[in-house]
Amino acid sequence: MSIAAAAPQAAPRQWRKPPFIRDPRLRYAIYVGALIYLVIGIGSVNFNWDRMVAGLDRGIAFVAAFLAPDFTTRWTDISKGLLESLTMTLIATVFGVILSIPVALGAARNLAPWPIYAVCRSIIAVSRAFQEVVIAIVFVAMFGFGPFAGAMTLAFATIGFLGKLLAEDIEDIDRDQVEAIRATGSSWFQLLNYAIQPQVAPRFIGLCVYRLDINFRESAVIGIVGAGGIGATLNTALGRYEYDSAAAILLSIIVIVFIAEYSSGFIRRRFL
Amino acid sequence: MPVTQIDDRKVWQRRDRAQQLRIWLGWLVGVALFMVCWEYISRQTIWIFVWDAPQQAFDMARRMSNPPWGYFDRILWPMWDTINMATLGTLIGVVIATPLAFLAAWNTTPSRFVLRPLALGIIVTSRSINSLIWALLLVLILGPGLMAGIIAIALRSIGFVGKLLYEAIEEIDENQVEAIRATGAAPTQVLSYGVWPQILPAFAGISVYRWDINIREATILGLVGAGGIGVQLSASVNSLAWGQVSVIFIAILLTVVVSEWVSAKVRHAII
Repeated sequence: MSIAAAAPQAAPRQWRKPPFIRDPRLRYAIYVGALIYLVIGIGSVNFNWDRMVAGLDRGIAFVAAFLAPDFTTRWTDISKGLLESLTMTLIATVFGVILSIPVALGAARNLAPWPIYAVCRSIIAVSRAFQEVVIAIVFVAMFGFGPFAGAMTLAFATIGFLGKLLAEDIEDIDRDQVEAIRATGSSWFQLLNYAIQPQVAPRFIGLCVYRLDINFRESAVIGIVGAGGIGATLNTALGRYEYDSAAAILLSIIVIVFIAEYSSGFIRRRFL
Repeated sequence: MPVTQIDDRKVWQRRDRAQQLRIWLGWLVGVALFMVCWEYISRQTIWIFVWDAPQQAFDMARRMSNPPWGYFDRILWPMWDTINMATLGTLIGVVIATPLAFLAAWNTTPSRFVLRPLALGIIVTSRSINSLIWALLLVLILGPGLMAGIIAIALRSIGFVGKLLYEAIEEIDENQVEAIRATGAAPTQVLSYGVWPQILPAFAGISVYRWDINIREATILGLVGAGGIGVQLSASVNSLAWGQVSVIFIAILLTVVVSEWVSAKVRHAII
């Protein structure tokens, strides 16, 4: 860089770390822009300090409740909520997996003709663009309150997630194996079964287990908008200001998520 | 590869009998479990409402199909709030997550048996609770408003950024750290000259990625009273103003698409 220019003079004694963003104009533009944004952004948020100070007692009460969670008083509600969440998760994952396979086949460019490709890709796009909670609002309005709406929500979200990843896997498969099976005169379904399925199955099983794990996490949330499960129980407990029960629910969620994450990681390592 | 003899013809099968049985048993248990769960859910479902769903969907689609575009002006400000909530929350989250990640990575942690498990515990707790649940708690404590949303987003981001960042720190090239240490650098200098430059691209990428996720999550935090567009969404849903709901959905969709594009561009530029 400036070695040539500096050569006649003494060698530079000072070394500086090269900056992350090379172009100084861009760098300073980003700094200034970020600063202006921060000033405007923080300025436009109006804080209600009095309310926050008033809420401090509740904050302390909540932390205290976390140290002494109460599992027993509301145990029937908690166990029912957890059971509902777990069944919802399983049903949703099974439905989602079954439905995501045809969608993924349709959304793979190397298998599907144009119109089917477009339809399946738009199903995936819609399912991925909206949050589970937003879908849950619509589904609760359609199916009524309860875990059925929750299961359908999670199944719908699963279609988008698994459909996209499986379609990408199918697009990346080894063409030679497809060619070889086709050369034996196989039908389309035989082609799927012998050429494509063996190539994508291990990763797909791993993804299904991963999605099972995600679905449980989400099932804890969509209850807040009326789709059943442990989220509904949590919402009720907080509505009654029963912090110790709420702490118990949160701790059970954390423990189950922890177990689910580790077992799903273990299963995925075995299959991949 | 088991080969059995049937009427002096050799028949090849992929699996032997025990294996076949085990797989069959697995399917049996799986299907039975599914049926039990289905039974359970179906007992809690009012089926009349479910059979009614197509008609409800039609009705809703009809009411959503004519959105009152004038409502758009009234959600611009909440949308700005939503973006602010996501950005400021991400910022706070990243600032807290960075030192946490250094404590949690085994090659930079100052104490392997005290601080590391503690940092990992914080990361796991933060990750396993969704930001909507954090918001639910914080609205009770701090009162409804943007502040609860910002902190909810920050608390959820800590775990996400912390986990990805400490994994990135654990994967760095130790030779460079060794080289810096050989010059007689102090521990903080080793961090800033040996470790930090190596994880800087990952750090920027993770932060922008989380920001993108946070924009999505911030759109719904208002449902529990934590400010942003969700407040309008929940009010419209509760008053069955489905036309307004569809305007809000379109606004959310636009914001999400734009933020995803920005995040993809930035990450592409970094990597």
